[in-house]
Amino acid sequence: MRPAPTAIGAEPLPPGALGIETVGMTMRFGNFTALEDVSLRVSPGTFHALLGENGAGKSTLVKCIMGFYHATAGQLLVGGREIEIADPRDARALSMGMVYQHFTLVPSLTVAENLVISRADAPGIIDWGKELEELEAFMASMPFRVPLEQPVNRLAAGEKQKLEILKQLYLGSRFVILDEPTSVLTPDEADEVLGHVRGLCTAGEISVLMITHKFREVTAFADEVSVLRKGRLVGQGKVADLTHEQMAEMMIGVEKEYRPVERSGSPGKLVLELENVRATDRSGLKEIALDNLTVRAGEIVGIAGISGNGQMELMEILTGQRSTSAGQIRVEGEPYKATRAESQAHSVRYLPEEPLRNACAPRMSVIENIAFRSFDRNADQQRFWLTPAEMKRRGNELISAFKVKVAEPEGPIAALSGGNVQRAVLARELTGDVRLLIISNPCFGLDFAAVAEIRARIVAARNAGAGVLLMSEDLDEIMELSDRILVMSDGRINFEVAAQNATLAEIGHHMGGHA
Amino acid sequence: MESDLGLWAIPLAVIGGAIRVSTPILFVSLGETLTERSGRINLGLEGTLVFGAMAAYATAVLSGSPWLGVLVGALCGAVFGLIHGVICSIPKVNDIAIGIAMMLLGTGLAFYFGKPFIQPVAPDLPAIPLGWWSDLPQVQAALNVNVLFVIGLIAALALAWALRATRPGLILRVVGDSTDAARAMGLRPAMIRTMATAIGGAFAGIGGSYLSLYYPGSWNEGISSGQGLMAVALVIFARWSPINCFWAALLFGGAGALGPALQSVGVTQGYYLFYAAPYILTLGVLIATSSTSRALTGAPGELSITK
Repeated sequence: MRPAPTAIGAEPLPPGALGIETVGMTMRFGNFTALEDVSLRVSPGTFHALLGENGAGKSTLVKCIMGFYHATAGQLLVGGREIEIADPRDARALSMGMVYQHFTLVPSLTVAENLVISRADAPGIIDWGKELEELEAFMASMPFRVPLEQPVNRLAAGEKQKLEILKQLYLGSRFVILDEPTSVLTPDEADEVLGHVRGLCTAGEISVLMITHKFREVTAFADEVSVLRKGRLVGQGKVADLTHEQMAEMMIGVEKEYRPVERSGSPGKLVLELENVRATDRSGLKEIALDNLTVRAGEIVGIAGISGNGQMELMEILTGQRSTSAGQIRVEGEPYKATRAESQAHSVRYLPEEPLRNACAPRMSVIENIAFRSFDRNADQQRFWLTPAEMKRRGNELISAFKVKVAEPEGPIAALSGGNVQRAVLARELTGDVRLLIISNPCFGLDFAAVAEIRARIVAARNAGAGVLLMSEDLDEIMELSDRILVMSDGRINFEVAAQNATLAEIGHHMGGHA
Repeated sequence: MESDLGLWAIPLAVIGGAIRVSTPILFVSLGETLTERSGRINLGLEGTLVFGAMAAYATAVLSGSPWLGVLVGALCGAVFGLIHGVICSIPKVNDIAIGIAMMLLGTGLAFYFGKPFIQPVAPDLPAIPLGWWSDLPQVQAALNVNVLFVIGLIAALALAWALRATRPGLILRVVGDSTDAARAMGLRPAMIRTMATAIGGAFAGIGGSYLSLYYPGSWNEGISSGQGLMAVALVIFARWSPINCFWAALLFGGAGALGPALQSVGVTQGYYLFYAAPYILTLGVLIATSSTSRALTGAPGELSITK
C-alpha cells in the first residue's frame, strides 16, 4: 500500500478522531454549479449533520471530500492540514470512510468476504477459519449483526445498510460520512445504530458527518448542523440552539404549510384477495405464508414490519416476479397472475422497492420509462406504431407535474437521483385509472417536502376509489396513511388492527415477532 | 482397425478422447473464466488459440524445444489479451466487438506467419504413460496423459482456491461483480480487468501450443475448428467455476470422441450424428441445470452479456 499523502515534511496525523474542514468548496459540471463556496468544519469527535433537500448538493460535497470528484475550487483540511485527495484510495489511507446512499457492497460475495476484502491490509492468502473467528468476535461486540455466510445479494435493504455501517467500524475509520444511514432501519434500530455511532464520537474515536432528512435524528444525536440549499451553505450552528422549525426554514427557504388531503368515502368492494398463498423466501429456506389478505376499494391497507420479514417477497409475488407454490390471488374477483394484460384490465399499478431495479429499464430514457404503461395503447386499443412526439409531450407533462428534477428527459433514467427515479415511476403509475395500487417504501430516501407530496398523492388515489396496499418500514408512514394496519413477521401476517385503534407499542410488539 | 475389445472399446475411446481433446478447451475456458470473473468477456480467444498454436509450433521447429514453444505460445497469448484489455479500457468500447475483431486478427496473423511451418515437423510435448500396467495397446493409448493436461488440472484447482481464499482472487471477483464497489474500495477496475484478460490470453496461448505440439500435433489452418469459441461458451456452462470448467472440458472432449469410437467398432450408419454429441450434450445439461426463478447463478455482475 502506498503511504498516505501528506504535505512534505508534515508530521503524521494525530491519533483518534479526525477533524476535517472544507474551505470555499465549489464544484461545477459544465455550466451547472452543484456546489458553491461551501465551508464547513467537523471538529474531532463531533457528530455533524448535513441537511438539505434532494439535489441540494450534499452528495456532491461529500464526494468532493472523499475524492470521487475533484472540486473546481476550494481546499480540504484533514486533521488541520491541507491535503489534496486525488481518489478514494487516498481518503481510505487517511482513515476516512463513507457509507453511501447507493450500496457499495459486492452483491455476489458473502458478508464475510465483503468485510475482509474491504480491509486495506487483507492478507494475500486468506485463512478463512481464523478470519471467520475474528469476524464472529467483532460481530459479537457490535450492537447489531448480519449473518456472515450470507451472500450480500440475499440481504434486504435494511440488513445491507447495517452491514455498510459495520464495515466502516470494522475498517477502523476515524472520520465517517454517513449518507442517510437510517432510511431503511426501524426507529428502534436507527436509535440503536446512531446511539452506538454517537458513543464512538463521544469516546473520541471517530468524527461523523451525516447526511439526513430526519430532524429527530439531528436533534437526538448531532452536535452541529449545516444546511445546504441549491448548492449553497444557508445555515450552520449548534443543534442545541436550533429548533426543527428553524432547520426546516433553512432547508426549504420559505416556510411551506403542508395541508394533508382529507380522506373521504368508505371501503367498497374487494379489489385484492390473497388466499392461502405460499412461496419460498429469497434465501429459499423459509416459507412465505399468506392465508388471507384483502384490500377493498377506497382503503389503504398498511403492512408494517421489520425489513426482511417477507415484505419484499410479497411485493414480488404481487408483481409476478416470484412464483407461488400454492394458493390463489384474485383481483376484482378474477384470478390474477400479474400479466400486463391483467394489470391493464384491472388498472393495477405498482411502485416496488428500489424502483430503478424493479420498475425501470435503467438505460432507457426518462421519457421512455414514463411511457411504459401507455406506449402501446391508443385509448382502449392496442397500437403497433409508436408516436414518439406524443410520448415526449406526455413525458414532459408528467415530469413537470410530478416535479421530477431531470437535466435531460431523453437521457437514461439511471442518471437520476433516487428520489427523482421514485417520482418518475410514481408519475407513470398514478396517471390514468388506478383501481389497485401496490406500493413498497414509497418515500425511501426522499426529503420531507417530497414525502408529504407523495403521501398526499397516495391518499388522493384512495379517495378516488383505489384500493391501496402499502408496505413500509417507516411506521410513521403506516400510521399516517393506513385505514387498516397489518403486521408482517417471519413471512406471515400476525396482527391486524383498524388504524384508529392502533397503538405504536402494540404494533412494535408484533413486529418483533410476538404473537 | 481390428478391435479385440468389442464394445469396451467405446468407453475406453471416450476416456482417451476426453483426456486428449479436453486440454486446449480446459486451458481456454480457464483463461476465459479468469477474464469473465473480472467483468470482461474476451471472444478473441479463438484467435489467440490459433495464434498460440502457430507461434508454439514455429518456435519448437526453430529451437527444437517444445517447452520453449509452450512459453512463446503463452507470451503471445498474453500480448493478445493485453491488447484486448487495453483497448477495452477506453470508455465506451464494447468488449464483445473488440473480441470478434481480435479473433479475426489472431487467426489471420497466424495463417500469414504460419505458412512456412505447415511442412516442417516439430518435436512433440512429452506424455506420461499412465497405462503401463496394461498389456492392451488401446488402454495404453487412452491413458497416455500429456503433461499439459496435468498442469491444466492443477491450474483449475489452484484458480478455484485463489478465487476463494486469496486477496487477488477476491479483488478480481469484486471488480467483476460491481465496478462501483471496486471504485469505492479504491481499486482500479480497468487495470485489474486488463491484467485478467492478459493472463486469460496466456492460458489460451498454452491451449494453442497443446494443439500444435501434441494433439493433433501439427500446424495447419484448420487446427482449432472452433474449439476456442466452444470453450468460451463452456465457461457459462461451467457457471464461471474453474473446477466445473475441468469437468465441462472432459465431458466435451469425451462426447467428441463418441463419433470416431462408434465408427471404429463398426457402426456405419448415423455415426455422423454422434459428432454433434458434444453440442447436444452441452445444450441438454444447460437446460437441465438452469432455473426459471433465478438468474444465472455465479454470473459476474459486470459482465456485459448478463447485465
